[in-house]
Amino acid sequence: MPASKRKSFPWHIVVFLAPAVIIYTLFMIYPLIDSLRLSLYTVEQQGGPEVFVGLGNYQRLFTDPFWQPQITRAVGNTFEFFLIHMFVQNPLALLLASLLSSRFIVGRSIYRTLIFTPSVLSVVLIGFIWQLILSPVFGRALFAQIGIKLPPLLGQAETALPVLSLVSVWQWVGVPMMLFLAALIAIPDELIEAARVDGATGVGVFWRIKLPLIMPTVGIVAVLTFVGNFNAFDLIYTTQGALGAPDYSTDLLGTLFYRTFFGVQLQLPNPTMGTAVAGVMFVIIFTGVLIYLFTWQRRLLRNTVEL
Amino acid sequence: MSIKPGSFLQLAAAHLALLAYTALALFPVGLILINSFKERNAIFRTPFNLPDAETFSVAGFETVFGRGAFPSYFLNSLIVTVGALLLIFIAGTMAAHALAEYQFPGNTLLGLYLAVGIMVPIRLGTVSILRLVVSMDLNDTLWALILVYTASGLPLAVFVLSQFMRQVPRDLKDAARVDGASEYRVYWMTIPLIRPAIGTVMVFNMIPIWNDLWFPLILAPGERSKTVTLGAQQFLGQFANDYNAVLASLTLAAVPVVILYILFSRQLIQGLTSGAVK
Repeated sequence: MPASKRKSFPWHIVVFLAPAVIIYTLFMIYPLIDSLRLSLYTVEQQGGPEVFVGLGNYQRLFTDPFWQPQITRAVGNTFEFFLIHMFVQNPLALLLASLLSSRFIVGRSIYRTLIFTPSVLSVVLIGFIWQLILSPVFGRALFAQIGIKLPPLLGQAETALPVLSLVSVWQWVGVPMMLFLAALIAIPDELIEAARVDGATGVGVFWRIKLPLIMPTVGIVAVLTFVGNFNAFDLIYTTQGALGAPDYSTDLLGTLFYRTFFGVQLQLPNPTMGTAVAGVMFVIIFTGVLIYLFTWQRRLLRNTVEL
Repeated sequence: MSIKPGSFLQLAAAHLALLAYTALALFPVGLILINSFKERNAIFRTPFNLPDAETFSVAGFETVFGRGAFPSYFLNSLIVTVGALLLIFIAGTMAAHALAEYQFPGNTLLGLYLAVGIMVPIRLGTVSILRLVVSMDLNDTLWALILVYTASGLPLAVFVLSQFMRQVPRDLKDAARVDGASEYRVYWMTIPLIRPAIGTVMVFNMIPIWNDLWFPLILAPGERSKTVTLGAQQFLGQFANDYNAVLASLTLAAVPVVILYILFSRQLIQGLTSGAVK
């Protein structure tokens, strides 16, 4: 580099980058790394110093009779919560989007705006609204008016988690619907027209032309569903409390994380064990994202190259 | 193009399905709204009916305004949301400009570094964020929330904005430089040119910040720094059996967001369907 250019250091670049890099590093990257570091430490007595224990906290989490049932249940419940979103929310979103993407549908923007409404409301409100609708007092009166005897869906261990998952599906279905709709609208009309001329039916066009073309969006929706649901907390905390009532049947990794580091009722706060729970969540989310990047995206790339 | 007779039935079926789902999406919200204006007995006797002269009541709203500090919670939410959006705007556009405009060593690497946060939820670092906030003496302040939301909003903002900034024609900026404009002036000049993208990023960040429960609960649960989402959550837990008050506070907490949504739904939907998810 010539000396004349080197003499004026490009300070403006530093000035432009500094605010974002500093805030992001200090409040996001540093806490994430520090949190993983903390998960390797423990406090032997209340208020004592933090001692390095390697993977001791993780070992305790998966073998200790107090922690082991909690973590395995929370992982299982979180997977159930995620899978219900994956296989109810996303197909439903795809169905709504393909109905809306038809060229002859009048009022598309009204439908999509209205269907999206629950997604802009806070989970706290949605949680209370459905808790009220399904409650033994108001809900029973409500369903009695249309002749249905309502079982206490949120009070039974077998039904609470599936029902809350469906409430969450109901709230968030608008987001994947919008993503699918954008992808479907972007498909050139000529492609569909050509298939129709060749005698393909509506269903045939969907499976053979549209679905393969929106596969990149299907992948993005899948990974967003995965990341979003593996740190779910608000809905369960609002409707069932930090203990995932009834009898821990709705306890997710998010509520276990909160309970562990913040403490609840008789359970003392334990920040280092809390960071270990966060570490488990981190590993699961990271694995999911990696699987997406290295299988789905790579396959898509290969397909585009072949075309 | 003419519609074939068979497709008329298909179209009718599609509308029927869409109408049915729209009703399902709106009925819970509508139910809360109409019942919040009814007196207690009518809420239970005829929950599906609209309030009439006989059943109309605003007792719930009176309780909410009498007992809860909702106006101050609203103000806190407003300060946090506007403050975080302002910081995301300033820091985000500046960083996006630097990444899009200047070739410097480590440009790509820095772009990747800032993009990591798109996929990793900031909540996983909560224990350390709490410690950091306490060590800076920022717990129970709105600043804690503003800074955390800025940090979590920046990755996507920088990513999307830098894509749009790359599309601003070079000639335009070089012409300004020839006229003696500083690099800061060149940056400021590009802002109006990507206004739609900025609008999208802002609306996209606004709703999750307003609605968040996690960080207000952990970083700022104090009475003076409570946001409306946390305030509603605690109020609802406390007055769970006062159905008038519960319904009224649900309505009050939902109304501002619904108004904002009606005003900004175009930007939000554009954001969801274009740059934000590329």
